[in-house]
Amino acid sequence: MTARLNRRDVAKALLQERGDLLVVAGLGSTAWDVTAAGDSPLSFPLWGAMGSAAMIGLGLALAQPRRRVLVITGDGEMLMGLGSLATIGVQEPRNLAIVVVDNERYGETGMQRTHTAAGVDLAKVAKACGFRNAKLIRSRGQLSGLRRAIHQGAGPVFAQVKVVAEKIPLVLPPRDGGLLKTRFRKALLGEPADLD
Amino acid sequence: MNAKEDAWPEGLYRTLKAAKVRQVGYVPDAGHKRLIELCLADKALRTVVLSTEEEGIGLAAGAWLGGERAALLMQSSGVGNCVNTLGTVRECRFPLLMLVTMRGQKGEFNPWQVPMGQATPAVLQAMGVVVQEANAAADIAPAVDAAARLAFGSYQAVAVLISQAVIGIKSFQEQAAR
Repeated sequence: MTARLNRRDVAKALLQERGDLLVVAGLGSTAWDVTAAGDSPLSFPLWGAMGSAAMIGLGLALAQPRRRVLVITGDGEMLMGLGSLATIGVQEPRNLAIVVVDNERYGETGMQRTHTAAGVDLAKVAKACGFRNAKLIRSRGQLSGLRRAIHQGAGPVFAQVKVVAEKIPLVLPPRDGGLLKTRFRKALLGEPADLD
Repeated sequence: MNAKEDAWPEGLYRTLKAAKVRQVGYVPDAGHKRLIELCLADKALRTVVLSTEEEGIGLAAGAWLGGERAALLMQSSGVGNCVNTLGTVRECRFPLLMLVTMRGQKGEFNPWQVPMGQATPAVLQAMGVVVQEANAAADIAPAVDAAARLAFGSYQAVAVLISQAVIGIKSFQEQAAR
């Protein structure tokens, strides 16, 4: 089935009225998508650490059990950290959602096909790892339900959202890692963040 | 090994608690067996079994973003699994506390452990991690106390390498018996 969703629309729909949602964005296209939807100090876009986005989300979700945490990342990035789905499944964080924006391509390196293009089903992997809510999403009509699950659903939530493989303009977040860390902690923890 | 020397994991556990560590990520190692048991039994700690050590670097970074301190327990072979993610720790200046039980070092019986064990300090240093060593049971808790202060007080990545002489496993048979 051909994907019809556009990645920027997906990010925008999931992040509209994001409130106090904490967001970790995987390197590459999903970091640009999250930035295009509106940069925020409560977004932590990665420029490296490929395969680590989900685990950063887990550490954050465990540290902040009263906040909702969304990891939004690409299929290539998720494939590099597939074991982290098992690790997260064991921990059962109720406040964590992982959304894989799946264009079936390594978008930053020449649009080479990823494993998902060959049919690897990440939602089924997540389900098998213990994610109680794991869905494959292909249509716009499913996005509002996913947004609701991110904000209120019993986690861990997982969604694999099929999107069109397209080359679109870069929308870059700040790239200084120290700055991104500090602004996030200050926005989340307030002044004490600087004194810890 | 006398009873006092055998109790170093208890001292290490108390040190982690005093350092306000709240999340502990681990890939098991025989040398960390007792400490892992102590952490798992403590409901105030979140003790996370990892499928690879690399996951622990992400866990610790996320914990710090959320205002918590983490410690990672691993064997020296696991250091090799972390290398690229240590670049993120350095770029973002995340504090990091790694407690590494050494293999391939003193009295190793498995030749496959030797290359990574011998390379462990150099690999860590190449990625900007401060390497400190604990060569006797009595040194371990004080070394980790100092390392935790350096990590969280000065925002450094610090690894304490716990000598294979302290772990003291001399054969496959002895390891299997633990």
